[in-house]
Amino acid sequence: MKIWMWIFAAFVLGFAWSIAAEQGLRTERISGSAGDVLEDDPVGRLKVYVYELPSKYNKKILQKDPRCLTHMFAAEIYMHRFLLSSPVRTLNPEEADWFYTPIYETCDLTPNGLPLPFKSPRMMRSSIQLISTNWPYWNRTEGADHFFVVPHDFGACFHYQEEKAIERGILPLLQRATLVQTFGQQNHVCLKEGSITIPPYAPPQKMQAHQIPPDTPRSIFVYFRGLFYDVNNDPEGGYYARGARAAVWENFKSNPLFDISTDHPTTYYEDMQRAIFCLCPLGWAPWSPRLVEAVVFGCIPVIIADDIVLPFADAIPWEEIGVFVAEEAVPNLDTILTSIPPEVILRKQRLLANPSMKRAMLFPQPAQPGDAFHQILNGLARKLPHDKSIYLKPGEKILNWTAGPVGDLKPW
Amino acid sequence: MKLSMLQQSYLNRRTNSFRSAGGPLDSSSDGAIKSPAAIFWLVLHGLCCLISLVLGFRFSRLVFFFLFSTSTSSNMYASPFRSSVELVKTLDVHSVLPTNPGKSFELPVVNKTATNSRVVVGRHGIRIRPWPHPNPGEVMKAHQIIERVQREQRVQFGVKDARTVIVVTPTYVRTFQTLHLTGVMHSLMLVPYDLVWIVVEAGGVSNETAALIRKSGLRTIHVGFNQRIPNSWEERHKLESKMRLHALRVVRERKLDGIVMFADDSNMHSMELFDEIQNVKWFGAVSVGILVHSDNSDESDQKQGEEENQRMPIQGPACNSSNMLAGWHTFNSLPYLGRSAVYIDDKGTVLPRKLEWSGFVLNSRLLWKDAEDKPNWVKDLDLLDEDSDSPLSLLKDASVVEPLGSCGRQVMLWWLRVEARADSKFPPGWIIDPPLDITVPSKRTPWPDAPPELPSNEKVVINLPEPTVKHTTTKTRSRKRSSRKRKHEAKTTDTQVSTRHQEQN
Repeated sequence: MKIWMWIFAAFVLGFAWSIAAEQGLRTERISGSAGDVLEDDPVGRLKVYVYELPSKYNKKILQKDPRCLTHMFAAEIYMHRFLLSSPVRTLNPEEADWFYTPIYETCDLTPNGLPLPFKSPRMMRSSIQLISTNWPYWNRTEGADHFFVVPHDFGACFHYQEEKAIERGILPLLQRATLVQTFGQQNHVCLKEGSITIPPYAPPQKMQAHQIPPDTPRSIFVYFRGLFYDVNNDPEGGYYARGARAAVWENFKSNPLFDISTDHPTTYYEDMQRAIFCLCPLGWAPWSPRLVEAVVFGCIPVIIADDIVLPFADAIPWEEIGVFVAEEAVPNLDTILTSIPPEVILRKQRLLANPSMKRAMLFPQPAQPGDAFHQILNGLARKLPHDKSIYLKPGEKILNWTAGPVGDLKPW
Repeated sequence: MKLSMLQQSYLNRRTNSFRSAGGPLDSSSDGAIKSPAAIFWLVLHGLCCLISLVLGFRFSRLVFFFLFSTSTSSNMYASPFRSSVELVKTLDVHSVLPTNPGKSFELPVVNKTATNSRVVVGRHGIRIRPWPHPNPGEVMKAHQIIERVQREQRVQFGVKDARTVIVVTPTYVRTFQTLHLTGVMHSLMLVPYDLVWIVVEAGGVSNETAALIRKSGLRTIHVGFNQRIPNSWEERHKLESKMRLHALRVVRERKLDGIVMFADDSNMHSMELFDEIQNVKWFGAVSVGILVHSDNSDESDQKQGEEENQRMPIQGPACNSSNMLAGWHTFNSLPYLGRSAVYIDDKGTVLPRKLEWSGFVLNSRLLWKDAEDKPNWVKDLDLLDEDSDSPLSLLKDASVVEPLGSCGRQVMLWWLRVEARADSKFPPGWIIDPPLDITVPSKRTPWPDAPPELPSNEKVVINLPEPTVKHTTTKTRSRKRSSRKRKHEAKTTDTQVSTRHQEQN
């Protein structure tokens, strides 16, 4: 009799386990380095104080050029708007853990829509002078509990050209602050320790509007649309993208598995949803909105950028989701991609299908739980509590206010 | 991201590189600007600039490509994992010619300022492998990956609990049978669900049809119907209806379970149709596009009804605004009165029936003698009148029909009746045995006049009475000769054939 009871119990358990396993068949939960970090709720874990800067630092700039709301650097504007109405905001600076300076320094655009970084250092410097004279909190720590959103090409180095950016280095006044930036490359001057890497802004409504039914079969093997040679600035190639994009073109332009071209199709988003792999090579800077688009549309990103630091790298296990290809291995890209076992590819697709993964890459308006704003706050919360050593003793000064190129010292 | 200020950026880069601190060039030129090496490089630089100005492009790349191409490119392919040190070395080789001296020495500069970064800024070579073509083994693997991904997509998003598709096709042996039946067969072979194909043949089971459908690899039931196909379209339609009912009786006898659809062998089906019919519960209807082969000699009619002629007639369910079945779109045969074909060989248009059988799908359980949940609005198959025109006669109440394909808005199959004349002949099994011979010498040959006769291997000439396709000669040469261009020309004599053969050799 007892034996039958045990057999029955085992059978029931096995049945229950198989049902549970089947539930997990479709999407897999992403487990970050510290458990399900993507699902964390930052509310209650930190308090942010938003400085009241005169509107010439934010609103007036936006009024002059409303294109800033839709380009890939728009994260700084939406972060400000999110913080103004978020429950983590506090109006009492004494209890704040973090201080935010709302400055839209990437909003000085050329007629073509590209941001000019030449005035940004001066603007930043002027705003820091303002907050250090009007509030005591900057001088208390020299900015160690302040954070700034710097979504420009090379972050706080404020230049679009890599050599110039490296030469300038991070703005000296921001040495102690936490930088929230899109740029990330290991051992690079423009990525400092403790920065939070975020995805570039991609318009969520536009991507939502171009969804196609999920049962449309994925029939494109590799997809890419974009420049291979930047003929205006680097006609011979070899400079742009460190020659990686040109290598992709030269090696695979006549390969039928690779759907790559410089066209601007209207069905760009739809095509991504019909592709298995989407190339995300570096350009002038290693990051690009293609990563966000690939994740949202379920296309496995093939990242060709040596030493890149991807957004929220401490929360998202990018190795399991994307495929990393060294720039020197680009000529063998087809061998690399076809030698991935199908089970691995299916697993990556299941991880990408996880809605929390897609949410974490977007900046929706209004904000939703689990989106990129919350991941930034999670990242800031993980850095708490502040070490006692950041509080300076009275009279102690670390920052050199006159460091940097002479042009930066001019008032803005 | 990058500004299109060409001159500005180039100037910036150039002046920058000269200004950049550190590096062997600068250190050497720091103190002794007048050192002979520096002067030499300066002069060489100026010379190369002048040459480039004259030529219009940087020729240094070409020079180094020719000088170093074999060694470096094969290096690049053979050793994909190269350290940055090697990279710096090759780049030095490439950019030794100092049209841009600052560049080559920028690399160690950057290495110093960038803290131990493995990635170097500056001009990199574009790696191209020497054999650019795709490896066929890899292409196969990629296709297997694609197929696996699509299978997974079907499992996740496709139809749950797919039912067997039972396809009913009436057919008979004729010239166009191979054409039509092969088309249907290939469509059915692509269907991702289980399939049973019931082929009903007028005139009894024949070897030709059997051989044809055996190639499909599908589960087929080949049934013969002991009546020969008549010569008028009206009679043919009636006979085909009877054959379909016969097939439904087979479904009932064998208790086949699934969805019954009618695939006439002259119809064209899209794959979405088979996905859509899985949604049927008991009795469904889809829209059929009618491709009426219009006679060209009726221009008067065209002027009258221009707008109607532009739109393709559709047969199928019609829905009201709440997507409920409200009626039927049927084929309007009024414009074709008096011009429609009556007999097979008529020149007139072949018209479809009011409602084609192929536009309906039904659950096979409706045909069974005893199924538990069989609805009461279906008549028993045995009691059906033999002259039923469409499966609607199986229903007591036509309003229970489910409209499929987003309420008939999607057209997923097309009807077109094209048949050869009743007396047309075709080679049995479409195998030409014995091989055809040449008919008459062609008056306009594509190749020049033949030199004198040379001994030929095999004999050639034959005559065919009609201007049908003429093929040439022997098996060895037939492939070269039978091209589409020469369909209407007669072939040449054996002398010219042999000479051409000789010329080609």
